[in-house]
Amino acid sequence: MECVGLCEFVTSLGVSDMGLALFLGYLIGVLLVSGVPLVTVIFLIWIERKIAARIQDRIGPNRVGPFGLLQTVADLLKLLAKEDITPAAADRLLYNAAPIVSFASVVLIWAVIPIAPGFVGVDLDIGALYFVAVASLGTLAIMTAGWASNNKYALLGAFRVVALLVSYEIPLVFALVIPVMLAGSMSMVDIINAQSHMWFIFMAPVAMLMFAISSQAETGRAPFDLIEAESELIAGFNIEYSGMKFGMFFAAEFLHVFTNGILIAVLFMGGYLGLFYQFPLLGFLWLGLKGGLVYFVFLWVRNTVPRMRIDQVMRFNWFFLVPVSILNVILTALVLKLLQVWGIAPVNLAESSLLGVLPMTVILLLKDILMILFILGRISQEGRRARLDAERAHEQLLTAAAGD
Amino acid sequence: MDVLNQWAFVGVFLLLAPIFPALPIGAATLLRPKKPNVLKSQTYECGVETVGDTWVQFRVQYYIYGLVFLVFDVEMVLLFPWAVAYNQLDMFAFGAGFLFIFLLADALIYAWKKDVLVWK
Amino acid sequence: MADVSFSIALAFVIFSVISLGGALGVALNRNLFRGTIWLMVSLFGAAGLYVLLSAPFLAAVQILVYIGAIAILFTFAVMLTRSLTQVRERFTRVWANLVVAVLLFVLLIIGIIWPVWGSNPDLAQPVSDVVVSTTDLGVALVDRNGFVLPFEVASLLLTAAMIGAIVIAREADDEV
Repeated sequence: MECVGLCEFVTSLGVSDMGLALFLGYLIGVLLVSGVPLVTVIFLIWIERKIAARIQDRIGPNRVGPFGLLQTVADLLKLLAKEDITPAAADRLLYNAAPIVSFASVVLIWAVIPIAPGFVGVDLDIGALYFVAVASLGTLAIMTAGWASNNKYALLGAFRVVALLVSYEIPLVFALVIPVMLAGSMSMVDIINAQSHMWFIFMAPVAMLMFAISSQAETGRAPFDLIEAESELIAGFNIEYSGMKFGMFFAAEFLHVFTNGILIAVLFMGGYLGLFYQFPLLGFLWLGLKGGLVYFVFLWVRNTVPRMRIDQVMRFNWFFLVPVSILNVILTALVLKLLQVWGIAPVNLAESSLLGVLPMTVILLLKDILMILFILGRISQEGRRARLDAERAHEQLLTAAAGD
Repeated sequence: MDVLNQWAFVGVFLLLAPIFPALPIGAATLLRPKKPNVLKSQTYECGVETVGDTWVQFRVQYYIYGLVFLVFDVEMVLLFPWAVAYNQLDMFAFGAGFLFIFLLADALIYAWKKDVLVWK
Repeated sequence: MADVSFSIALAFVIFSVISLGGALGVALNRNLFRGTIWLMVSLFGAAGLYVLLSAPFLAAVQILVYIGAIAILFTFAVMLTRSLTQVRERFTRVWANLVVAVLLFVLLIIGIIWPVWGSNPDLAQPVSDVVVSTTDLGVALVDRNGFVLPFEVASLLLTAAMIGAIVIAREADDEV
């Protein structure tokens, strides 16, 4: 293994052993990369509370520090000082490991996110798949938390959560297949480069919508937040968690939502691409802006929409999201391949030009619009039928009552 | 060997990632009050005492969802290389992938019609 | 033949220990749920070994499918048989089983491993120089002269598995 980048920096400091230099180089790289999410999560909680407050027509935290900016620090200190009440029959090791695995699984995602041109933890060949694999570790952590608490409600909550997470992973990954197909690679940097002339949001809006909705469900955000609904099952799988361990689950969830926002920006909105993105700081700013925009929409939805019941959630997934995402993959694959065979669509998106990708974009957009119209038509048909059925049943009830 | 270089980074990340949450938890262990009490360690059930064993009615529904997810997971995993190589494929290869997805969509339709995907 | 450096050998040893240790944990642990966790640990070690062999795609697949789906199903199955997690009785016929296990192990060594030991130097290292990109894998999977038939048969197998499982689960549900 050669010694490049940070490793050279370390060797220049006087460390002679190759293996140690490599290790230290990686260590510094990891600290730099994970610094971004860890610092962000502190401001994230503040942003979340402020925006939620404004949408709910109140002010939000404004006592601690200017504009309440230090609220998170105050919360942190409070959680540190809370007593940790571990239930008697809990499985010690697993009980303590669950919040750690949950948080770690989110931070691990940041290893493959390109923060600025040339600044990425590792540009893994299988970046997209890595993200899905690591996210599935989070599911594991929740299951473990539910089990290890030795509490009926925690277990019940954990079952429902895992069933939900597992179900919504299907449309998530099917939606992920589209950018991979368009870019011809799973590497995040390649996907960004393939968008250098046209963002994927214009070529595959349905896929982006699927990804956004599924990722909201994956992180347990409204309208799918029955996982942690305070009014239901007390607090689901984290009933028995108090103090900092609860804080870790909490922080992991916030960070996960933000990470999903950034991922959507990378996969569908061109990541750090924008005016003058070659300057790393500007590229970073663009990514932050796009990710922040998506995150704001997530917050907006969260504070506006009511919660769905578990059976509604499952029906939405299995009877809407999964078929639509499969249909989307089939149609996109078909249309794209036909376009490529007829020469309308360029095979290598990164090396094409704006004019080259324009016809392809228009046709794919058209296909998406047609698909949406078709689906809306089917839904309104179903809705009309359901309404007629309900009315008929109601009438029967009335005539039966009148007849008695 | 570049692949190994990259994954060495991931390996170091894997080592470090659990430390980030473990630090605050460790700090909490030092800072928090410790007043163990039998009542506090009891299982929480809305303030009432627990009745019976910790046993939950396990619905077959959970298992079915997990199973269908497993089948689709393997399908997606086999689909990813196809999607990556997509731009180099000719119509035959594309048709093979198409058939693959179609067969599994078929299985989904079967599950749908048999009413197993409904949460009762 | 590539040089096996210290760090690579170290990584190999670590992941092998994780794999084997996890497997031991599965076999020896009395608590079923903990056993499932050990299984996940063991599979994670296998994923690490795949990375060393320059097959990162397989490693990601291992984590995604085995740990993320199969092991979760295992835990569901464990929860379904909740009472079995508190099994505490001692297993009495240890010696007969031990003899059979050792015999099987010896048979495996003599029959399968010994004949090929040392014959192919490329097999004797934990690291592989051959890097197959996912694109090549994708092309090979649907190549007319490649693996397209196993690819389609796999999808048929998955369909059959799903239909079979649904049939069984429905019957179980109807009985309840």
